[in-house]
Order: sequence, then C-alpha cells, then structure tokens
Amino acid sequence: MIKRFLGIVPVLFGVVLLTFLLVHSVPGDPVEVMLGESASSADRMQLRSDLGLDQPIYVQFGVYLNKLAHGDLGVSIHSKKPIVDLLAERLPATAKLALLALSFAILIGLPLGVVAALKVNQWPDKLANFISLSISAMPHFWMGPMLMMVFALWLGLLPVSGMERGVAIILPALTLGFGLAAILTRMTRASMLEVLHEDFIRTARAKGLAERSVILRHVLRAALLPIVTVLGLQLGSLLAGTVITETIFSWDGIGRLLVESIEKRDYPVTQACVLVVALVYVMVNLATDIIYIKIDPRVRFAS
Amino acid sequence: MRLKYCSVWVLALWMLAAILASFVDLQPNQIHLDFILARPSFAHLFGFDDLGRDIFPRLLAGAKVSLFVVALVTTMTATFGIMLGMVSGFYGGWVDRTLMQITDVFLAFPGILLAIAFAAVLGAGLSNLILALCITSWVGYARLTRAQVLSLRQRQHVMAAKSLGASTLRIMVKHMLPLLAAPLLVEATYSMAGLVIAEASLSFLGLGIQAPDASWGAMLRDGVRYMLIAPHYVLAVGLSLMSLVLAVNVLGDRLRDYLDVRG
Repeated sequence: MIKRFLGIVPVLFGVVLLTFLLVHSVPGDPVEVMLGESASSADRMQLRSDLGLDQPIYVQFGVYLNKLAHGDLGVSIHSKKPIVDLLAERLPATAKLALLALSFAILIGLPLGVVAALKVNQWPDKLANFISLSISAMPHFWMGPMLMMVFALWLGLLPVSGMERGVAIILPALTLGFGLAAILTRMTRASMLEVLHEDFIRTARAKGLAERSVILRHVLRAALLPIVTVLGLQLGSLLAGTVITETIFSWDGIGRLLVESIEKRDYPVTQACVLVVALVYVMVNLATDIIYIKIDPRVRFAS
Repeated sequence: MRLKYCSVWVLALWMLAAILASFVDLQPNQIHLDFILARPSFAHLFGFDDLGRDIFPRLLAGAKVSLFVVALVTTMTATFGIMLGMVSGFYGGWVDRTLMQITDVFLAFPGILLAIAFAAVLGAGLSNLILALCITSWVGYARLTRAQVLSLRQRQHVMAAKSLGASTLRIMVKHMLPLLAAPLLVEATYSMAGLVIAEASLSFLGLGIQAPDASWGAMLRDGVRYMLIAPHYVLAVGLSLMSLVLAVNVLGDRLRDYLDVRG
C-alpha cells in the first residue's frame, strides 16, 4: 500500500507540470490574449510580472510549484480575487452534485445489472441492455436538455435551472447519474455472470441456502469487487461531465467556473480548475485502490 | 437483436451524408427569413433553425465535420499511440517506465477535461479542436499496444524471428502488428464513438468550428435555447448524434464478439 502511495508522486508532479504548460501553450503572447489588444502597456507589464512571464520558464515553474505548496493558486485576472477562494466557493456545489449523481447511478445501475444477470437472455436482460446502450449514446448535453424539456417544461415538476430551490439539484444529478448508471448496469451484469458459474455458488446452493441469500451474500458480494474499481475510474467521466452539465443547468460549481473562465480568457482560473479536478480524480482512484485492498481478502492476504 | 444489423446501415448512411455534403453544395448557410424556426414539413424534413436555415443540409454539414474530425484524430492518435506502445513494451526497462509514467499523467485528467482546457487556450477553431483531441486521445492505444506487446514478446514465433536475426522493426511490423490488429480495431471503434461526443462537446462549449459553419455541438446549443418554442430543432440534432454514437458503439460490441477480444 505504501508503494501505491509513492506511485502517485510522479503522477502528481506530471499533472502539475502539464497544467502549468497549459497556459504556456496559448499561441502568441498570453498577456495580449488575456487582456485584449486595447490594454495599456503598463497593464500588460503588470500582468506579465504578476504571472512571472518575464522570467525563464524553469524559474516560472519553480515559483508555481512553491506557490502551490503554500496553497496559492494565483489571482483571477477578471475578478482580482484569489483563485483559492473562488474554488472554495464553488467546490461544495460540485461535490454535492457529484455525490448525488453517484448515488443515483448506484441505485439505478446496480439493481438493473443484477436483474439482467439473473434473467440473462430473457426480456429483462434485453431491455436493460437496450436502455444502457441508448443511454451511453446520450452525451450530457443531450440528456440534460431532454430531462429539462420533459420534467421542467412539459410536466413542470422541477425547476428548469439555477440553485435557488433544493430540488433543482435533481435534474443535473440525473443527467450525470444516468450515464454512469448505464456503465454500471453492464459491468454488474458481466461481473455477476462470471461469479454465478463459480464453484462456491454451486456449493452455496447445494447446502440448501435460500436463493435470495445466495444472490445477495455470495454472488453480489464477490461480483462487487471489480465493480468498485470500475466505479472509481468512471467517476472521472462524471467529474468531466460536470463541466457541461453545470453549464446547462446554471449550477454554480467548478465546472461552470471553468467554462466562465474560458469565456473571459481568465486562464489562471482555467488552469486552477483543471488542476483541482485532476487532483480530485487522482485521489479518488487512490481511495478506490485502497478500498479494493480492504474489501478483497485475496489481495489483503497476498500483500 | 435487430439493432445489430441496423448499426452498419446507420453508419453507412451518415458516411454517405458526409460525402454528399463534401462534394455537393447543399447551401447549409442559406437564410430564409420567412421560415425562422418553422416546423418540419414534407419539403423540409427537419424544419428550420433560429436564423431561418434549413436544418437538414446543416445536419449533413455537421456530419461531415464530425466524421472528418473522427477520421483524422483516430488516424493520427492510433499511429502515434501504437508506435509508442510498441517501443514501450518491446524495450521495457526505463524506457517503458518513463513512457508509462507519461501516459499515467494524461490518464489523471478525467474524460475530455484536458481536451476542453487545451482547446480553450489554443483558441476556437477546427484545427485547434483537432489538435486538442490529438493531444489527449492517444493514451488508450499506447496502453493497449504495450500490454499486448508484453505478452507477445514471449511468444515462440517472435523468439524464432529474433534468433534468425530479424531486425526490431521487422519483428514489430511483421510479427507483432498483425496480432495486435483485432484488439486495436475494437479499441478504435469505441474511441471513435467517444470522439464524436468529444467533438460535439467542444463545439457545444463554443470551442470547435465557428459560426456560421454547422457542427452538431453548436447546433445543439442553439437548439436548447429555443427548446420551448421549437423542440424540433434540438430533437433533430440530438437524435442524429445519438444514432451515430449508438451505431458506432453497437458496431464495437459486434466486432468485439466477432474477433473474440476480451473487453
């Protein structure tokens, strides 16, 4: 497990380096791009030295790393506020959205996958397969508006967008959750089918256990292991999906902050958003690996 | 299931549409002011958009952009990724460790986040969109190729070739690549479905091809704006996109089963 912890150090370094290089891949003069051509030369000089762009690139990277280590992500060009504050303001909204989306995905995907595996090649399986295939072909920017159209505009059950009312979280969370649920359904089905043919399941049945207990305590428990790993990896698409989903539903989280910063050419904020999301993703994957070690006795005793 | 057989036809239809849009001027940008947001009719199957442009030729133009981006990005990233993966798997040692560290870094950015970021800083436009997608989508090919090469390296026919003095390049191209083709083809198919979505996502955010030229993502964004008064617009674009992605995904599943590649 210590090895796994040390293993992420070079990855973290690479992530920081790549996000640092991001702002340097702006074609031409980044200062001109960010401030526009009408800016005065004094303003330009100011921003250039604020961003450290007048220094050699390795010095800039050193300064960037040093600031990062002290929790300083720089200042927004647009609002002049520290970026750390901007992120702290928006992070809870995204976290709330992502967690609810994950819960929806588990609540929908897991049972659907279990039913599909138990009724393999019968109509429930085919239906689940059809639903999950169709949903995987629906990107967030198509799923979101569809849900909005049906539940907010036609049925009037939920608010169209915004964050004023508590229930406003449901549609964006469903938008994000459905995609993950589709993947989860297919994973659960495949994993269950593999376990169902194992010897220990036959033993469980042979010793007269009720079918319900065979499925829940023996099959599902063993089948969950690979699902946990996939869930961790797939959380990434959920995190990336917040960018578009939050924009559609005017949900003030990190994703929308990212899009706003792109529109305003506030690249230090863009950089910080990308960095934070990537760091969260790396941590989630690390946590997934640790959970995997904890819940799988084979891995636990082997190491 | 019948869906399986539909997928090839749907895909062929969109390819045909893209070819048609490339060689025939369908006037996708022509404005008919009397028909702003007009509903579908027999003469104009998908109706008109918010500027009074016929949606049907714009869908075809969008298909052209989408498939062009997918074809170009897939060719470039597959070539690069396969080469990198082969070198990594074949040579092993520090070369392998370094290259795999690099892929790990790219994998640390979830989904299309990095592509969004690169497209944003590079500036809007088709070539930058393609560049951004290339930067971020070679990793899958590299990882897959490396993993396969690692196991192929121990195969007897590779050992035999080596002991007969075949050059590294010859072993890679003649003795390994043919065996890699099946899993790579499946990977490429799924990756193409992802690229269709990625292109549309970036265009949706205004980072792809610029107005007045048509792209599915930008059309969807406009369609969402007029969803209440003209639902036909968003439905036409969304269903087109969905049909293409679904077709490619189903094709991927079929190929995987047919070529017996484990997912």
